[in-house]
Amino acid sequence: MQESKKAINYNNLFIYFLAFTSGFSIMCIELLAGRILAPFFGSSVHIWGSIITVFMLSLALGYLFGGKLSTRSASLTRYGAIFIIAGLTLLPIVTSSTWLMESIFLAVEDSRYGSLLASTALFFIPTIILGMLSPYSVRLLVRNSNESGQVAGKLYFVSTLGSALGTIITSFYLVLWFDINTIVVSISLLLSLLGCITIVVAKANPNLFKSKAQRDISHA
Amino acid sequence: MLNSAGKLIYGLCFLLGVCIVNNAMAEVIHSERSLYRNILVEDKGDLRCLKFNVKSNKTRQSCLLKSQPQRLVFNYTKQLLTGLLVNPEPKRILIIGLGGGTMSNTLHQLLPDSYIDNVEIDESVIKVARQYFGFLENNQVKTYSQDGRVFVKRALLKKLKYDWIILDAFNGDYIPEHLMTKEYLQETKRLLSPQGILTANTFSSSKLYIYESATYKAVFGDYYQVSNPDNSNRIILARNNGLDENFYKEQAAVEQSESITQLAIKLLAIGVDAKQLYKNIKSTATHQDWPDDSPVLTDQFSPANLLNIDVD
Repeated sequence: MQESKKAINYNNLFIYFLAFTSGFSIMCIELLAGRILAPFFGSSVHIWGSIITVFMLSLALGYLFGGKLSTRSASLTRYGAIFIIAGLTLLPIVTSSTWLMESIFLAVEDSRYGSLLASTALFFIPTIILGMLSPYSVRLLVRNSNESGQVAGKLYFVSTLGSALGTIITSFYLVLWFDINTIVVSISLLLSLLGCITIVVAKANPNLFKSKAQRDISHA
Repeated sequence: MLNSAGKLIYGLCFLLGVCIVNNAMAEVIHSERSLYRNILVEDKGDLRCLKFNVKSNKTRQSCLLKSQPQRLVFNYTKQLLTGLLVNPEPKRILIIGLGGGTMSNTLHQLLPDSYIDNVEIDESVIKVARQYFGFLENNQVKTYSQDGRVFVKRALLKKLKYDWIILDAFNGDYIPEHLMTKEYLQETKRLLSPQGILTANTFSSSKLYIYESATYKAVFGDYYQVSNPDNSNRIILARNNGLDENFYKEQAAVEQSESITQLAIKLLAIGVDAKQLYKNIKSTATHQDWPDDSPVLTDQFSPANLLNIDVD
C-alpha cells in the first residue's frame, strides 16, 4: 500500500514537471517573439500588443480544446503526443519566419496589423497546442472531485512558475549566450524528447493512468 | 571673535544664496510620460535640454542655447558634422532619432536646398521638439513617426536613396537592439546613394564597443572614427564605397594650409572648428582599436543592452 502510493507520487511529479516545462516553453517563445518580429515590424509598443494578444487568444483556445480532448479516453500516450506536436509546430518559426514576415511586410503597410498577422502566423498554432497541456494534465492528475481544486491549483502554480522562469532565464541569459534560432530549436527538441519519454513510460506501464480513468467512470 | 562669527554668518548666507541660485537655475519646464519613456525639458540659465527618464546629465538627448539656437552644444553633434567634410553636398539626408531636432535644424541651415527626412518612434518627442526646441519643418524637412528599422525597410521598397544617413536613435540607455545589427546596417547601406555616407553616434566606453565596431566593419569594411579624448562619444563615419584614398591627403593639406574654406566659415558660425574635425578623424584601416575576432551583432544575436550593463 505504502509502496504503491509512493510510485503514484513519482508519476504525478512527472506530470507536474511536464506542465512546468510547457509553461517555461510558452514564455520563452513569447519573449523571443519580440526579437523575431523587430527586424520587420520594429519595437513600437503595438508589437508587444500584437504578441500578447495572440498568445492570450491561443492559450484560451488551447485550454478549451485541451479540456475537450481530455474527456475522451485520456491517456498518457496522447499527452506525450501533444508534447511532440507542440515541438514540431515550433519549427516553422526557425525555418519559415523570414519569408513569412517578408510577405506580410509587403502585403500590409500598417505595422500594427502586420505584426498582428505575423505573430498569428508564427505563434498561434504552437501556443494553442502548448495551452492544451494544462487542462490535460489536470485530467491525468485528478482522482476524485474533492481534490480537483487542489490539483488544478498546484498545476497552475507549477506551470506559471515555469513561465516565470522561462521569462527571466530567456531574457537575462539565453539571449546573451545563444542565437534565437538555437533557443527555439532547443525548446522544440526538449518538448519532443519529453513527449517521447512520456509515451515510453506510458507503454511500459499501461495501467498507469487508465486505472484512475476507470475509477472515475465507476464513480460517475 | 565677533568678526569670525560675522564671517561665518556671511559664509552661510553665501552658501544659502548659491543653493537658491542653483535651484533656480535648473528648472523643469515640461515633463510628460510618453508611450516609451519619461520626457523632461529642463532649463538651466541659457541652456535648454531634453532628457529621457531621469534628471541626470547622462541622459541628455539634445540641448540648445536659447540665445543662440543655431550653435551646437554637444561635442557629438559637432563631430557628426564631419560627414560634411567627406560628402560636402548631400542632397537627401535621413536622420533616425530626432531628439530635440537640433541636428535637423542645423543641417537645414547649412544646406537650405537639401531634403531632410527625420524618423522618430515617439510622437511625444516630436511634439516636444516642435514646442520647446524650435524644430523646423517645411517642404524640405519632413518628420515620420515610425520605428527606424521599419522606415528603412519601407524606404528600400520605395527605392529611395540618401546621400547621408545619420543614426542617432537612442532610448533611455542606449541604441535599441534591432538598430545595431548587421542586417540593419546592410539595409541602411542599400539605402545609400553610390557616394553616400553614414554617420552613427555611439559610446566609446562600453563593453559593446568591440561588438559594434566589428559589426560596422563587417558591413562597410574599414571606416572613419571621430572621437575627442575628452568625451565618451565615438562617431562612426562609413562610406558606401569604402575609404576614400584621397581623403588622407586632403586631411594633411587642411592641417597645413592657412586658408579657410567656405564650409569652414559656415561651420565656424555654429561653433564648429573644421580643422579640429579634420584632426580627429582616424581611419580604422590604420587605427583599429578592437580585436579582429570580435563577435558581430545580428538579428539572431543582439544582446546589446545586456552587454551594455557592465559599463560606467
